[in-house]
Amino acid sequence: MPGNPDTTGLPVVSIRGLEKSFGALAVLRGIDLDVARGDVVSIIGSSGSGKTTLLRCINALETYDNGSIQLDGVEVQFRNDEAGRRQRRNEWELARLRAETGMVFQLFYLFPHLTALQNVMLGLRKVRKMEVAEAKSVATDWLSRVGLADKAGSLPSQLSGGQQQRVGIARAAAMGPKVLLLDEITSALDPELVGEVLAVVRKLADDGMTMLMVTHEMAFAREASSRIIFIDAGRVAVEGAPGEVFREQANDRLRSFLARVSHL
Amino acid sequence: MFWSVIESLPFVWRGLLVTLGAAALTVSMSLVAGLLLGTIVTYAPWPARIPVRLFSDLIRGIPILVLIFFVYYGLPVTGLNLNNFAAGVLAITLFSTAQVVEITRGSLQSLHHGQMEAAKAIGLNFPQRLTYVIFPQAVRRFLPPWINSVTDAVKGTALLSLVGIVDLMLAIQQVIGRTYAPMPLYVLGALIYFVINYSLSSLSRRLEARYAYIKE
Repeated sequence: MPGNPDTTGLPVVSIRGLEKSFGALAVLRGIDLDVARGDVVSIIGSSGSGKTTLLRCINALETYDNGSIQLDGVEVQFRNDEAGRRQRRNEWELARLRAETGMVFQLFYLFPHLTALQNVMLGLRKVRKMEVAEAKSVATDWLSRVGLADKAGSLPSQLSGGQQQRVGIARAAAMGPKVLLLDEITSALDPELVGEVLAVVRKLADDGMTMLMVTHEMAFAREASSRIIFIDAGRVAVEGAPGEVFREQANDRLRSFLARVSHL
Repeated sequence: MFWSVIESLPFVWRGLLVTLGAAALTVSMSLVAGLLLGTIVTYAPWPARIPVRLFSDLIRGIPILVLIFFVYYGLPVTGLNLNNFAAGVLAITLFSTAQVVEITRGSLQSLHHGQMEAAKAIGLNFPQRLTYVIFPQAVRRFLPPWINSVTDAVKGTALLSLVGIVDLMLAIQQVIGRTYAPMPLYVLGALIYFVINYSLSSLSRRLEARYAYIKE
């Protein structure tokens, strides 16, 4: 399922000159970023630097003003009409493209009226159009991958935060997305529950899932990512392998950011 | 006197059927219209929202009785002639629709926006998001105030007697006119209204318990 071999050489996600403002506040000021198949990219940076907005632009939960985001060569949010003008894609096209990216949220956002299994099955049934039996077997498989096979029938309210987030990961990953977007997925968890969630992410990375994650877990970012992106004031300020980024701390802002988070 | 009251019961029964019929029509039509308009007022772009907003605010600012008189006595001026039953039911339906619009909007808006986002994120389109994620959760918040509004509509049907519809209320008044026994008949009428509405609120409590498992 995950870990398609990189046959094309093209990046899965390719972002060029991405700009986004909320009113007068420019949040993204020209982001360039490529994510190759199987890459695990961690985005770090202080709060308000635009990390989450960047992630939300990729699956069109947020629209952007200028620039381009391509997923496997397809522009995500816009298309050109006959006259060559840029048009935002309609609801149906957006829905289809969103199905190609998975998103895991800081606050889980499991569907509270559905069991863990039904949460994972919903997209498989209604978007992937699987038969019940197939959806159930795929969903069950993913629940056991995140270590929750025995919680299939539980409602979210009966699960711990860590368990809910693991269901959230299963729900997103089961769709077989081209890239999995993780938005500070451990920030809302009690410290003792962080480990179980990171272990699942670790396993997905080992299985070759392409991931882009916003995180405050520096130790985890360092150990699990293939690349680190430091975003500052809406731009990619530093980019590189975790070893380099953390060792050299080439940039003043990065240095002071890392000094601050290391006190947490 | 006792016997004349007993003898009038079939007449009261027919009035009750008229009341129940009017209430059933009102409640079902306002439910469909209110859910649709309430969804529009919550999610549609503003050009679609504004007329619904105006409709709802206007209707909710007018007493039901005024609405009934307006539809029955006022609309014929515009060439739209409805008989008293149709006019009365239409007026109460308008009133009730405005209530359902607001109840729908309230229940939808009270859901965390993350539910909509999570549903988007797995690729569900808008109708699917409403069907599988939003409505099933909103129903729990919708039911209690909605059943409240249903009891309002049932009670509101008593006003139909004022445009000459022989509903439960008017039937009772006519029997009183024949028998001169106001006390037992008003007690009977009150009791019937109470039984209908009390059953509805018990149903509401049972439904609430049925949906209590949804905890955010």
